[in-house]
Amino acid sequence: MSKLYTGAEIVFKCLEDQEVEYIFGYPGGAVLPIYDELKNHSSIKHILVRHEQGAGHAAEGYARSSGKPGVVLVTSGPGATNVVTALTDAYMDSIPLVCISGQVPTHLIGTDAFQECDTTGITRPCTKHNWLVKDIKELPKIMHEAFKVATTGRPGPVLIDIPKDIQFAKTNYTKFKKEKKLNGKKHNKFSENEINQLIDLISKAKKPVVYTGGGVINSGPQASETLKEFVRLIGFPITSTLQGLGAFPGDDNQFIGMLGMHGTYEANNAMHDCDLLINIGARFDDRITGKIDEFSPKSKKVHIDIDPSSINKIIKVDLAIVGDVNEVIKSAIKKINKKQNGLKDSNKQRISKWWEQIQKWRTKDSLGFINSDKEIKPQHAVKRLYELTKNQDTFITTEVGQHQMWAAQHYKFNKPNRWMTSGGLGTMGYGLPAAVGVQIAHPDKLVIDIAGEASVLMTIQEMSTAVQYNLPIKIFILNNQYMGMVRQWQELLHEKNYSESYSEALPDFVKLAEAYGCKGIKADNPDELDDKIKEMIDYNGPVIFDCHVDPNENCFPMIPSGKPHNQMILGPSDKEENKITGKGKSLV
Amino acid sequence: MSSPKSAYSIPTKKGKLDTHIFVVWVDNESGVLARVVGLFSGRGYNIESLAVAEVDATKNISRITIVTTGTPQVIDQIKLQLKKLVPVHKVADFKREDKNVIFKEMALLKIVAQKKKIDKCLKECKKFNPVILDKTNKSVVVQITALRREIDKMSKKLKPLGLTSTSRTGAIAMTRGAQTFK
Repeated sequence: MSKLYTGAEIVFKCLEDQEVEYIFGYPGGAVLPIYDELKNHSSIKHILVRHEQGAGHAAEGYARSSGKPGVVLVTSGPGATNVVTALTDAYMDSIPLVCISGQVPTHLIGTDAFQECDTTGITRPCTKHNWLVKDIKELPKIMHEAFKVATTGRPGPVLIDIPKDIQFAKTNYTKFKKEKKLNGKKHNKFSENEINQLIDLISKAKKPVVYTGGGVINSGPQASETLKEFVRLIGFPITSTLQGLGAFPGDDNQFIGMLGMHGTYEANNAMHDCDLLINIGARFDDRITGKIDEFSPKSKKVHIDIDPSSINKIIKVDLAIVGDVNEVIKSAIKKINKKQNGLKDSNKQRISKWWEQIQKWRTKDSLGFINSDKEIKPQHAVKRLYELTKNQDTFITTEVGQHQMWAAQHYKFNKPNRWMTSGGLGTMGYGLPAAVGVQIAHPDKLVIDIAGEASVLMTIQEMSTAVQYNLPIKIFILNNQYMGMVRQWQELLHEKNYSESYSEALPDFVKLAEAYGCKGIKADNPDELDDKIKEMIDYNGPVIFDCHVDPNENCFPMIPSGKPHNQMILGPSDKEENKITGKGKSLV
Repeated sequence: MSSPKSAYSIPTKKGKLDTHIFVVWVDNESGVLARVVGLFSGRGYNIESLAVAEVDATKNISRITIVTTGTPQVIDQIKLQLKKLVPVHKVADFKREDKNVIFKEMALLKIVAQKKKIDKCLKECKKFNPVILDKTNKSVVVQITALRREIDKMSKKLKPLGLTSTSRTGAIAMTRGAQTFK
């Protein structure tokens, strides 16, 4: 008879077979057997967070920056409910997480036992799938299936709920053989005919635009390389969603900036006026489309996505290609090279007028702002941060709000997996724990959380985690003493009734940093900004940087609610737009 | 809803609603019905009727039949979203008007009345394969099988004749001819 292992041992055997190196977690009564087993598995390091939500976001940051699934370990009841926000966030942004939760012993389930909750019931709508393990014999199979579900197709979070008696029960374990990488494989349903149609559309287009999203990042770093080759080959302008930033170099001339609610003038106008729109791995989110009825009215639309349910969900498309982004573009490139060597040149001629138009839009300089020598403008702070960090491989996370949009607009990403932000769910408090996870995955890289003072206070306790594991994360707070995005909407839509959006009674962030045992830096003068940023970068340890910025600055450009792409509100530096601003205000 | 003071766009005009019948083959495991039903409620889809039972005991397969309404786009989404659920094996979707598919629903009707009225009721039921399951001199329990709307009609008709209790299964469906849905 082969050796019998306890449920707790099997959990670790499976994690070892899945080559898991880190788990983010917090102990509690119902997972103690698993925590007891931790000491026997030296290849797996546990990162103790300060709140289970932090564990979830840290695992997200780890996953997004490394391409590997993030693993979370929490206890029953409050442990599980605290991680729900992070699971929902990962579900919205398609991030592979495997969450293991403890549960009260099987015989107590349903009795309202201490720290009992219906974990699989609560997490059912925010996971790709979840399992309650009722029989120890099922555990190995479920563990491995969980990793498969989380990482294949459109990635996402899964949860395994393991009652305490199952963690003690014993069974056999046969070594798991990892299947050859099937990510995408069985989801690639596209045909040669569809690729031909795509190329036909490409060769006929006069005003094309490529619109890419997080799917390119999820398809792996190779997909970004393929995308670059594809876009250079066809010569089209390319825009990206918030999640897709970094898939195509942000400083490249073919890149026309982020699109959507706070996207550039040129990107949104190109989306509106184009005659061919190629969506690669994005999902026509409502922050992107604006008013559906008037979204890109004159274009043929192509949608490349691994998830069939993304297609025609919001916008009807003319050509749908279901498959892994990398595989689809690779076959398109192959076809183009084989079929029409001349496509490259003829394309450039045909779309040269379109490029002229885009250049005209570009001269609007929609990301422009009026700088000041008295106050630090938040956009200026992000720009300086970019200039002073672009010479090294930097990873940026953000919280949610104005600072997030300014980071997306003014920080240029040249590589995938360097930009971690909560896009779909918009979770304030995401950035700090995510930075912890990113730094774990990349111990020698510079990791900066561009934060707002309101967001960062939601998960500030994770500074303790950063200090405990010597993680030199930099928390760069654009402190405007407001929930800035809330304040901006109140200014534009609610007659400047700033209801509850002022950050009253803020802590002294420098003292707060010192209390956590890290370095605090404060800047409130544009003259000292560069030196202080350098001081932050050079400091070998975690830093909280309290950057006091103009509290009245708004995030422009902006598509107001219910408006199409070509009716943007531009910033105050543009004269013409002051008119539009006035008119726009009465319209929204 | 359409208040202009919103961070969200205004709802666009709604298309025509169609009635569809979904047949979903799932692993008969705990929570699977909650997954399917939760998908409908979570995404705001409609369920008009629902019928579930295990159909293959060796493979542990259950067959769920759901009657729903929605615009063509929503119907499409329901199908694709259902297919994404891990325990779902296959999904079939039929239009109610589809001539190649048989739709049936069973109902148990309890009529409490005098003999004369009971006989009248049984006469009305004749078209719908009535089976008398229980009879006393004051009451009858009769089983009928028919289309949903036929049962709707019957309930209305029999109410004044002494129909006191109705129990319905929800529609189930099967294709005609030799083919099976793959």
